[in-house]
Amino acid sequence: MKTKEILVLEDLLGSNKKIANDIRKKLTQQGILTINLMSSPGSGKTSLLEAVAEHIRNAYKMAVIEGDIETERDAERIRAKGIPAWQIVTGGACHLEAKMVGRLFPEIPPGLDFLFIENVGNLVCPASYDLGESLRCVLLSTPEGDDKPKKYPKAFTTSDCLVITKSDLIPTVIFDIERTKKEALQLNPKLKIFVTSVKEGSGIPEFVEFLVSSLERIRS
Amino acid sequence: MHELSIIQNLFEILEEKAQEKKAKKIIKVRLQVGSLSGVVAELLQTAFDIYKKDTVASGAHLDIEKIPLQVECRQCGKRILKDDFIFVCSHCQSSDLKIISGTELIVEKIEMEI
Repeated sequence: MKTKEILVLEDLLGSNKKIANDIRKKLTQQGILTINLMSSPGSGKTSLLEAVAEHIRNAYKMAVIEGDIETERDAERIRAKGIPAWQIVTGGACHLEAKMVGRLFPEIPPGLDFLFIENVGNLVCPASYDLGESLRCVLLSTPEGDDKPKKYPKAFTTSDCLVITKSDLIPTVIFDIERTKKEALQLNPKLKIFVTSVKEGSGIPEFVEFLVSSLERIRS
Repeated sequence: MHELSIIQNLFEILEEKAQEKKAKKIIKVRLQVGSLSGVVAELLQTAFDIYKKDTVASGAHLDIEKIPLQVECRQCGKRILKDDFIFVCSHCQSSDLKIISGTELIVEKIEMEI
């Protein structure tokens, strides 16, 4: 019996990263800003997208890729607003991977400004997968608790912005907004933070302004 | 629990390397897993043991080296090993830090029978 040891040094997520880099290059060349939204189930990703759509639909073209373990429900909600949406049903997988996004490429219409990817509701696994986005946003809803950034660090350390949602519930739930901001910034000093309530409409214009300036940045 | 999905990627690499080197079987696999890689080493081990049956690595041993988070402060230049993910320099309190290691999720080496 002869044995041999070989040095490999290959990234286990290397194949995903390669596809993600291709996606990012193609979309950026077309002047499309791609945004990966990550958060726990029920934190308000689809509601945030509906609210953002109301603000930008007259001036910009947007489309949405929805990721869920089961059902077309989220894509139907977005389509009901007159916005193109595709549903990726992962059938059990807890995160989206770049190849799933890549398969939808031929369907993406030309002349798009924003492509949102709503990841599977999960604050852990999606953080490890680059989908080819130019902007990564993590959402945290106030009922989830103000202690989440340090409990789920990777989602916060890899994001460009944090959108705190359901701020209208602060009087009823225990949520110290300053603690969340402080802890999130300790994990990621470059994180842009937005405090929003879809119900009251607060914080949405600021978030939209950030998206528009990010779009201008990739186009300059 | 995306560890199974990562182990699937590992087996694609193992099959490819085994074929390339015309190996009879793979005996040992060594990974480097950073503390900020987003995966749990113990779960990778479990997923590996489930997945390896009927593959070229069915009898293989998985060895995981855990890599701690190490950062370098851009202000004072010191290198710090961190056991938390708080990006503040313990020497000068700057938050302008560069990650040196700790995000790895790498197949380091493979031992095979040829």
